Amino acid sequence: MTATQRKPQKVWKTNNWVDLFLTAIRIGAMAFIGVGLLAFVLEQAGGEGLTGGAIRGLFVTGISQGAMYGLIALGYSMVYGVLGFINFAHGEVFMAGAMSGWITSTILFENGMWEGEAKFVLALLIVLVIAVIVSTLATILIERVAYRPLRESPRLIPLITSIGVSFFMQNAVLGLFGPASKTLPAPPPWMSAEYTFLRIEGTKILVLVIAAVSMAGLWVFVERTKTGKAMRAVAEDKEIAALMGIDVNRTIVTTFAVGGAMAGVAGVLWGLLFRGVSALTGFLPGIKAFTAAVIGGVGNLGGSMAGGLLLGLVESVAPLVILKPLGIPAVSQLKDAVAFAVLVLILLFKPTGLFGERLAAEDRA
Amino acid sequence: MYKSKKWSRGIALGVAFGLAAAACGSDAPEFEAGALGAVEVKEGESIQIRSLEAISGDVAFLGIPNDRGTALAVEDYGQIKGFDVDVGTSLDDLCSADGGQAAAQTIAADEDVVGVIGTSCSGAATAAMPLISNAGMVMISPSNTSPALTSDLEGNKGSDYNVGYYRTAHNDLFQGRGAATFAFEELGLTTAAVIHDGDPYTNGLAQAFADAFEALGGTVTTFTAVNKGDTDMTPVLTEVGAESPELLFFPIFMPEGGFIAQQVAGVPGLENVQLMGADALLTDNFMELPESEGMYFSGPDLQYGSNKSTTGKSAEDFLAAYNAKYGEEPSAAFWAHAYDATVLLLTAIDNVAVESGGSLFIDRQALRDELNKVSGVPGITGSLSCDEFGDCGAQKIALILHENSGDIAASKENVVYSYAP
Repeated sequence: MTATQRKPQKVWKTNNWVDLFLTAIRIGAMAFIGVGLLAFVLEQAGGEGLTGGAIRGLFVTGISQGAMYGLIALGYSMVYGVLGFINFAHGEVFMAGAMSGWITSTILFENGMWEGEAKFVLALLIVLVIAVIVSTLATILIERVAYRPLRESPRLIPLITSIGVSFFMQNAVLGLFGPASKTLPAPPPWMSAEYTFLRIEGTKILVLVIAAVSMAGLWVFVERTKTGKAMRAVAEDKEIAALMGIDVNRTIVTTFAVGGAMAGVAGVLWGLLFRGVSALTGFLPGIKAFTAAVIGGVGNLGGSMAGGLLLGLVESVAPLVILKPLGIPAVSQLKDAVAFAVLVLILLFKPTGLFGERLAAEDRA
Repeated sequence: MYKSKKWSRGIALGVAFGLAAAACGSDAPEFEAGALGAVEVKEGESIQIRSLEAISGDVAFLGIPNDRGTALAVEDYGQIKGFDVDVGTSLDDLCSADGGQAAAQTIAADEDVVGVIGTSCSGAATAAMPLISNAGMVMISPSNTSPALTSDLEGNKGSDYNVGYYRTAHNDLFQGRGAATFAFEELGLTTAAVIHDGDPYTNGLAQAFADAFEALGGTVTTFTAVNKGDTDMTPVLTEVGAESPELLFFPIFMPEGGFIAQQVAGVPGLENVQLMGADALLTDNFMELPESEGMYFSGPDLQYGSNKSTTGKSAEDFLAAYNAKYGEEPSAAFWAHAYDATVLLLTAIDNVAVESGGSLFIDRQALRDELNKVSGVPGITGSLSCDEFGDCGAQKIALILHENSGDIAASKENVVYSYAP
């Protein structure tokens, strides 16, 4: 003990050196982005770069993909807020929603419901409701079977369990439906026309509207209802909440269910946007949504949504706007790298994420 | 202490007996083995060959017909100098480098194995071949097409070439040339963009196409890549669209290929682009997409007509036998290549095998020399001739036009251009 007492000065010096290094990285990253943007502006001014329509296209797909990441990220964030572990099976809950969306829409398509205006809207509602039900049931089942028995164990244990559940679900769907990717029926032609002065594709407007409505609904639920209040109380302190007469188990199940419902909605939006689903569909969006949740600050709902939008947007725009003008080849392949670089950058500047709060030491354990 | 002494005495005795037995054994054969040694097949035993294909997972649709093609060829060929041929249990290359390596270790450890038919995937062959080659065996692949595994067709060996490697599939340099020649000369297109997905197969083919297209006088506006697992193709298509190419060649797989075809509409600069894919997208779940209509596909020429293998079987006979035995049509295109590869191997074994003292001896070096000599041998896929780096395929490339997503079978036969070097 006495030996370590003499060391504080040296520790301070190491910290100083690390701080310097981190500052250098921060400055370097900013300079890199700055130079990329400058090169892009110069290229545009020279009349060589992207057309206005192309840039608009990048932004619109970025935002609609980001809205989807945000919806999935909510599930990660809510479960983390209440139980303090990352539910890695959440990406597969999303995949279950997308899969049931494929099944329902194919059946409706075969019965002539996938055309016209009124019919299509009704069909879409049916698809949404069924996907939400499937995802919600899936997540409730997972909670009951895989997480509740482990409620009192260290947080690392449900985390590893969630990875196991994720593999189980992937392979179960693989076994049930085969490895080939499934294609959803194309929406009616009026959906792919361009609307408003921004000339956004109909499907993308629909995606954004559905995402916004679900988000608003969730906000009202968490902030304005009694159950929402109970969720917030349990997130704050489980024991005290129980003492106040809140049914903790029920509240936790509700949290999972609401997160699952959001993932179900995201699954349908995914089907609308990309029209392709397979057993492995949930993996990458799941990881990206988790990244979005961390960027926004895990546990903060508004932050997760903002993180999702930011991630989708940067991932779509940055390769062509920052990297390509710097002369880097095959920039589209760097899309995922860009997404995770954004995570690193944001954590470098704000280690708790954009809207996260510094956790007390005991909460981080 | 006493016990251990007794043990060591026993071991010494055993070793002495063993040496005496080995000395007696070496008297029997009169056969002189070459530099790589020889396989001795004793009376009543079978000649061992192996089938190494992607028989599980995503790419099983490709590997399973290859594996069955090999089995049917062994059946048709019958005995070699009175000895049966045994393919053993089919091995799985998992369509990956580690899968190929693990299976190759199993094969190389078995000194009785003469040769291998496989792999399905170029990536697996790259990892498997050094082990197979070091063990003195030969491997003939029905569906590897990466140029790196053989040569650049101009006398320089590929970066992953190993002695003892042969294939009946085409070299992708030919496919790249075929597709480029068709686009430039038949369609009259002069600008093209190319997208691959980082896989050795797609990357090699994309590069081959780009090189051939530029050699013909065309311009490659963008040469870029996506990731496997990407779904949002707008960024890459925007990058491509900025140069407004007339042709977009994307020799990649499902589902990424499907996402590209679906998302092309509405990207500025790509309003009138002609789409072209390769054999990897000649699958039902891609061709069912309405957006895939009007696309061209390059791939091996599957119009075998009345071509006959040396076993006397034609494609028609093979398909009838396949259907009768397995109750379905082959799910991928390389079954005929697998059949030809197997017949090639068995014929070579037949030619070099020497009977001596009731045993059959197959010299490993002589087998390689024999395969190198193959020239103008008839097969279901056409006339087979091996060059010095193991390219034995008929090298015929066909381009098809996909006109109706409701009738995929008709589209697959709608050959609009054939290319043979």
